Amino acid sequence: MSSHGIKDRVAIIGMGCTRFAEHWDKGADDLLVEAATDAFGSAGLTKHDVDAYWVGTAQSGMSGMTLSKPLELEGKPVTRVENMCATGPEALRQAAYAVASGAYDTAMAIGVEKVKDSGYQGLNAFPIPNDGTPRTLTAAAMFSMVVPAYAHKYGVDPDQLKDVLAHIASKNHYNGARNPRAQFRKETSAEKIKAMPPVAGQLSVFDCAGVADGSAAAIVCRAEDAHRYTDSPLYIKALSLVAGNGKPLSDPGYDYTTFPEIVTCAADAYAQAGVREPRSELAMAEVHDCFTPTELVLMEDLGFAARGTAWKEVLDGAFDLDGDLPVNPDGGLKSFGHPVGASGLRMMFECWLQLRREAPAERQIDVSRGLALTHSLGGYPGEMVSFVSIMGIERG
Amino acid sequence: MRGILGHAGYLPYRRLDRSTIAAVAGGGGGKGTRSVASYDEDTTTMGVEAGRLALARTGVTPAALYFATTSPTYLDKTNATTIHAALRLADDVVAADFGGAARSAVAALRLALRSDEPALVIGADIRTGLPGSADETVGGDGASALLVGSDAAGDVLAELIGTGSTTEEFLDRWRVPGEARSKQWEERFGEGHYLGLGERAWTSGLKDAGITADEVTHLAVAGTHARATGALVARLSAGGAQRVDDLSTVVGMTGAAQPGLLLSSALDVAPAGAVIALVSLADGADVLVFRVRRATPAARPVAAQAVGGAPVSYGTFLSWRGMLVREPPRRPEPARISASAAGRNAAWKFGFVGSQSVQTGAINMPPSVPGASEGELESVVMSSRLGTIATFTVDRLAYSPSPPVVFAVIDFDRGGRLPMELTDVDATDVAIGDRVELTFRRLSTADGIANYFWKARPVRTGRPPPSGSVGSPPSGPDESPTSRPVERRKG
Repeated sequence: MSSHGIKDRVAIIGMGCTRFAEHWDKGADDLLVEAATDAFGSAGLTKHDVDAYWVGTAQSGMSGMTLSKPLELEGKPVTRVENMCATGPEALRQAAYAVASGAYDTAMAIGVEKVKDSGYQGLNAFPIPNDGTPRTLTAAAMFSMVVPAYAHKYGVDPDQLKDVLAHIASKNHYNGARNPRAQFRKETSAEKIKAMPPVAGQLSVFDCAGVADGSAAAIVCRAEDAHRYTDSPLYIKALSLVAGNGKPLSDPGYDYTTFPEIVTCAADAYAQAGVREPRSELAMAEVHDCFTPTELVLMEDLGFAARGTAWKEVLDGAFDLDGDLPVNPDGGLKSFGHPVGASGLRMMFECWLQLRREAPAERQIDVSRGLALTHSLGGYPGEMVSFVSIMGIERG
Repeated sequence: MRGILGHAGYLPYRRLDRSTIAAVAGGGGGKGTRSVASYDEDTTTMGVEAGRLALARTGVTPAALYFATTSPTYLDKTNATTIHAALRLADDVVAADFGGAARSAVAALRLALRSDEPALVIGADIRTGLPGSADETVGGDGASALLVGSDAAGDVLAELIGTGSTTEEFLDRWRVPGEARSKQWEERFGEGHYLGLGERAWTSGLKDAGITADEVTHLAVAGTHARATGALVARLSAGGAQRVDDLSTVVGMTGAAQPGLLLSSALDVAPAGAVIALVSLADGADVLVFRVRRATPAARPVAAQAVGGAPVSYGTFLSWRGMLVREPPRRPEPARISASAAGRNAAWKFGFVGSQSVQTGAINMPPSVPGASEGELESVVMSSRLGTIATFTVDRLAYSPSPPVVFAVIDFDRGGRLPMELTDVDATDVAIGDRVELTFRRLSTADGIANYFWKARPVRTGRPPPSGSVGSPPSGPDESPTSRPVERRKG
């Protein structure tokens, strides 16, 4: 297998991101136009200047016309992409590779999800006609199986593990409270989180990401052209995608304490970017904290902590805003909710702010290490797609 | 000589305490319990369970499958074909429903005993009525299966030595199609008719068998009319025959399942040489007289299942039967399944057949698509395997007709793993390491289409241990290790 990547060949020159919320008064069209307009303004471009578009949405629209109609684009190539919760970064991968190929000078990746028009709580997948045998468990229940498995494998006391998960949720709420774009902006103590009743396995609603509408966008160009548009572009170091084959689900050796697709995806991304020690080389990471145990396992799968030690590192504050490696400094899915098509690009938007030192002072972190990682996953333990991106402020 | 080659009853896990009815319904109820089909069971799924048990260990492949119920899931579509698929019978095995009334079950048995091919006769019923009604109290849910054939087809456990039948048009009970309840004429009117019909059928049955009443050792009387049945038992047992418990105090009257259930119950205990007379009162009377050749309890004797139940509250019972509509979870209800997708994947969906790599032994459920896997694939029947819970969770958010969903990762004996829904279990009573078996269930219903698939349930006391001396593990009709190539998907 060859995964050469496009390290330092493409740069992000503008980004935009809406507030994530229950936007009862805004549709997908409104959110797309808002995020795109922000991104155009950020790059100093107009919609006519951008050569090609990729719009990511899981189920808020079909075809490129999801974007071309509300944005009133004239004769532009627009492609709709979908890759579950990795939809947004997948759009960026398409746009970046298209620019790297020389086919276009500039391209936009934009993600959107209008979740709150369904009338139901939570995220609900588009029904594809089937034979009635696929399981219909919620994602919360699937990920809840990580908790007893992790406690058992590493001999962690169940109550102590509850403290760990509550710390993750509390940390993300702390960060989100410092972010005007977040859906939930209230600090929540670990004690309060621990007291909530379970809804799936041992998980309470405070262990689950919220549900919100939102949109985020990025404009890319070839790296050598980046300074025409901005003094501080972000250089793409790695874009890695792995689609799992579901085999762990039927593998009696799979123990629900790791996500193999993510381990493979992270190794590929680090190879593309030339990162050897992610824990000491990265300034920050935005990860897919759909549920608190997911974030715990990700710390190990992404190589931020040794196997069986992430729970201790979490309690020690290693991933807090002022920790050794801040994780989800924007508040994560926990504070933002999860408009599927937009979330991965929202993570990149935080990297954009942090690495350019444009985050509000109350959550600006030390970015002297110069590299940021985003991670998205779509699916469930045993069958998921994984996306890891790495970007940096310096062109290597 | 024709007779019974295999037999089984199936009783659902739940029991309703009849004394809990009156406080809610304002009347009705009484002593004892009745069996209750779970929310994910219907007459078809219970028929599958009885059929699996009856075929187990017989080595016989029936040429016909007859299914009788008064409570069919479908009309204008054969329900027996679903059972046929779940039992993985070949396409030259005819499957047909005997519909409408309870008598259809004993009539199907009579027909099968008079034909010249091996046949599996399944009766199943869900008996209920309006809250507080007699039918609700005295009814019971369950299924039975009798494998019928000659010496040429298999090992005849009990041979048929005589039959007698009487038929008469009179109105005792009736139900208009689509209605939730049956109605009944004044009880004593039917009783009088049934006693006469029963005694005449009895006389002709004994005559046909060439025996006298005192030669009958086991008397089993089934019937939809409780008073008539009780009175007839009193008269016919005067010859000294042992009364076969009609299960009315624990299970209730199981309608189309009852004749087979009582016969199976008798065969569970009757020694070689015993003479069993089965009497059924339903729009006439039918008497079938058998002589036991070999004492052969079923894989799961009826009596053990009868005592192996667990309680269900009256509110939940009403909800399961559609008499009490509860607030559903605020999640979308399942969409209807695709008939063409279900048809393509019938071996998996109905038969629980996975694929196994010849080279590595790895088992895939659902089966791998031929051509994608490196190496050769074989089909592997997983429905008869036991498994162990590797981990589990309780989902209070997912849609279910009876929340919460209890869900476990199952590691199957001899390989294979699948995350599956558990059933017949309380959320507080599951543990890693628990042993489970497979059961055929109706997951949901949309647009009138029943979505059938398999779930796992705990292996419980009263059932044979996985490798104990009572019997082999619960197994389907072709628990043979032979395998065949994966059928190539059309398309």
